[in-house]
Amino acid sequence: MDIKSIVFFLLAGFTLISALLSVSEKKIFRAAIYLLFTMMGIAGIYFWLDYEFIAAVQIVVYVGGIVVLIIFSIFLTHHVGSEMEAPDRMRLSFSLLAAAFAFAYCFIIIRKNVFPVPTGGPAELSINEIGTQMLSTTEHGYILPFEVVSMLLLAAMVGCIVIALKPLSNSPLKGKG
Amino acid sequence: MEVGLTHLLFISTGLFFIGVFGFLTRRNMITMLMSIELMLNAVNINFVAFNKYLYGGKLEGVFFTLFLIAIAAAEAAVAIAIIINLYRNYQSIDIDEADKMKF
Repeated sequence: MDIKSIVFFLLAGFTLISALLSVSEKKIFRAAIYLLFTMMGIAGIYFWLDYEFIAAVQIVVYVGGIVVLIIFSIFLTHHVGSEMEAPDRMRLSFSLLAAAFAFAYCFIIIRKNVFPVPTGGPAELSINEIGTQMLSTTEHGYILPFEVVSMLLLAAMVGCIVIALKPLSNSPLKGKG
Repeated sequence: MEVGLTHLLFISTGLFFIGVFGFLTRRNMITMLMSIELMLNAVNINFVAFNKYLYGGKLEGVFFTLFLIAIAAAEAAVAIAIIINLYRNYQSIDIDEADKMKF
């Protein structure tokens, strides 16, 4: 077993263990911190695969954006240090059974499956190439999804502001809640 | 032992079903959102792994991952706005208490 495999198994164990802790931890703030570790482990897996650009995007968007947003919303809606109540035993055992059996089923299928022979030579990811192909209008260009995603982000931003806006007393947006 | 596609698929399957488990057991909206993020990340790992090991010279998996990350960010932002608005109206973000539109 060479050093690269050892690094991979360390990353995989780190990611899976922190994901498990993230869904089973009682204190919600700690759960968010374990989610942060999970995202960093996944970014490490992308680095291990030599996809540096995706790893950087993962760190910037997930670790720097989404998890920080989640932590802010925890501070807005919870008392610091309060514990969540544990799920009842019935729900816990059935969820565990469902997840475990589905995992075993998928994993048996993956083990049995014969993957097609790799095509296209070694994987090399240059940021130059990503930019060119993303903004190209030719056959394999991604300019249309790029524009659609930018519209989606704009719509999501405006929608968030409208939803989270505190209704003013004389505003037409005032709800009954 | 050579690390191959199967190992990466093992990780992503594990992450996905850890997310499913969290989604089924948690009753708190923010922790449910965190479980959904785990599932989305599992899908991203799948795309990247297939692109790396089966279709080396191409970039399709990379593009899908990038767009998925952008859409997941938009989804998380909208979900948190809804959660904060619910908290303002119900003083709780427990999923069982927000049942006004249920019946």
